[in-house]
Amino acid sequence: MKRRLISTLLGAALALGTGAASAQISDGVIKIGVLSDMSSLYADIGGPGSTLAAKMAVEDFGAAAKGMKVEVVSADHQNKADVGSSVARQWYDVDKVDAIFDVPNSAVALAINQLTREKGKAFIDSGAASSDLTGKACSPNTVHWTYDTWMLANGTGTAIVKTGGDSWFFLTSDYAFGHALERDTEAAVLKNGGKVLGKVRHPLNTQDFSSFLLQAQSSKAKVIGLANAGGDTINSVKQAAEFGIVKGGQSLAGMLVFLSDVHGLGLDKAQGLIFTETFYWDLNDQTRAWAKRFAAANNGKYPTMVHAGVYAGVLHYLKAIDAIKTDDGTKVIEQMKKMPTDDPLFGKGTIRADGRKVHPAYLVEVKKPSESKGPYDYYKIRSTIPAEQAFRPLADGGCSLVK
Amino acid sequence: MEIFGIPTQALFGQLLIGLINGSFYALLSLGLAVIFGLLNIINFTHGAQYMLGAFCAYLLMNKLGIGYWPSLLLAPLIVGATGMLIERLMLSKLYKLDHLYGLLLTFGLALIIQGIFRNEYGSAGQPYAMPELLTGGRNLGFMFLPNYRAWVIFASLVVCLTTWYVIEKTKLGAYLRAATENPQLVQAFGVNVPRMITLTYGFGVALAALAGVMAAPIYQVSPQMGADLIIVVFAVVVIGGMGSIMGSIVTGFGLGLIEGLTKVFYPEASNTVIFVIMAIVLLIRPAGLFGTQK
Repeated sequence: MKRRLISTLLGAALALGTGAASAQISDGVIKIGVLSDMSSLYADIGGPGSTLAAKMAVEDFGAAAKGMKVEVVSADHQNKADVGSSVARQWYDVDKVDAIFDVPNSAVALAINQLTREKGKAFIDSGAASSDLTGKACSPNTVHWTYDTWMLANGTGTAIVKTGGDSWFFLTSDYAFGHALERDTEAAVLKNGGKVLGKVRHPLNTQDFSSFLLQAQSSKAKVIGLANAGGDTINSVKQAAEFGIVKGGQSLAGMLVFLSDVHGLGLDKAQGLIFTETFYWDLNDQTRAWAKRFAAANNGKYPTMVHAGVYAGVLHYLKAIDAIKTDDGTKVIEQMKKMPTDDPLFGKGTIRADGRKVHPAYLVEVKKPSESKGPYDYYKIRSTIPAEQAFRPLADGGCSLVK
Repeated sequence: MEIFGIPTQALFGQLLIGLINGSFYALLSLGLAVIFGLLNIINFTHGAQYMLGAFCAYLLMNKLGIGYWPSLLLAPLIVGATGMLIERLMLSKLYKLDHLYGLLLTFGLALIIQGIFRNEYGSAGQPYAMPELLTGGRNLGFMFLPNYRAWVIFASLVVCLTTWYVIEKTKLGAYLRAATENPQLVQAFGVNVPRMITLTYGFGVALAALAGVMAAPIYQVSPQMGADLIIVVFAVVVIGGMGSIMGSIVTGFGLGLIEGLTKVFYPEASNTVIFVIMAIVLLIRPAGLFGTQK
């Protein structure tokens, strides 16, 4: 408490001292912090790949040629909100980091969202899913770039109910993200006339799902919705095959599946899965060229949509700074919302008042092994959901910034 | 018929699944118990060695085309050999010091090994195909039992009971136990104690690797697969009584059952229940359920 008081006073004193001169780059360097899960179940989704993506964006922006000095640092939040917060505090208070990027894991992201607001810095999230980041927890210092639970629920949930999958059972990861995903999917299912027969919540990072799958099996629901991610999704899909769930006539809906998960599962286990993404490397020439460069520097592993989001986010962040010549967090985010976005990966888009980045989403289906022509040739695009329908309508989120 | 609102049929299914998970706990804690009971080393590398077993099977399959069945023998041999190397080159230097040094060394080794594999293979894990013979399953009426899981229970029971028999009931086991009680005396009888210790450590490690190979087809072969499990397994060993062979087998299966039931009645607590039990057991019987006060 006392320390916070002192730091607030100090901050105020500093702000007073610099006053008129604040419209410039603090200490001459723009410092970008990539905070991610570097070592556990989400490390292939974000992790070191996100750091790489941020570095590529700095390079492609041509910061050096424009006379801007940009530095990228990274750290592991270990999927713990307290660890993430203490890293962020250290970064903001001591290391002069100006903006934090990525932060998969909604629990950590919500903590960073709050902290960034207190410190007046900038937070551009790519990896976290909770739609609360632009809903009731929205902040003038946060942009949520890549995807969110509402978008996944709406894209996948609606598509599946419309093709006959009208009774659901949820396997939910027991923390902020899973709860948000389950809530948003349930809403989409009910809206389209489906019903939810049951749900079970499992701890994050569970190895064995057989017990939960058995409960899902005996519910007789047509669709088992996997409201989890990363290693948890992989293990659920794999073990569902083992327990003959798909053969028994029930189908699996991966609510949040990434390219790296499909790669980890292998096409023979993952084939037929339907889910929603906002980026796929094989969309057009630009995405292909970028993904090849990325993979060459990332042990041959192709980028997930989270990596793409970090890249595009950093690019837009630097453009905003270049436009207003300051790295003051609140002002930069304001500028980011003002300027339309344009990058090679998501194309043209906008950032709304609530911090939601808006772009099209793709309903994809995993190919059969026989259809895949090479490494990472995994998806068929079933349909494209236009930007204005892909995300939750601005008025429905309950964000206080929307008037 | 229902018990606490859960149909009995579903309950049987959950009990059986608990037993399957228990067999993994038993197999892993058995290795730990052997190493601790006979060598007094708290082997924190155990999880990493379990992971190595799985990766070894994966690499044998993908690089050399060697399938599951030979791997079941080869992977434990290979990983066991690396274990013996670790024992000879590093652990043997620490026997005179406090337990803590061994613990720190093995903990550090585990982090290094996991780090190397994460760097090389990422965290999403690698797929490992189930052997043809064991795919599919049978309908037991109350649940669908995959053949592979049935095999896991069977194999684990055989390995556990054989190990228990060898250590507690044979002459070789008697030598081993004597060597831990009084190494000088046993050495004086002409038994090569250091070699016996190396072999025992190698055997414990091989057990971990065997569990790893058995886990490969059902879980993802990923660098942190052992790190997730090792804490639970340590709790199993502590509850069973540090170093007690039978204790770790019985508690392994028992806790698998309890965890299975928790997943039905209160799933959110399923990864904490074991530690709650551990705390209670330590309060009432500090030496563990099957341990003896020294």
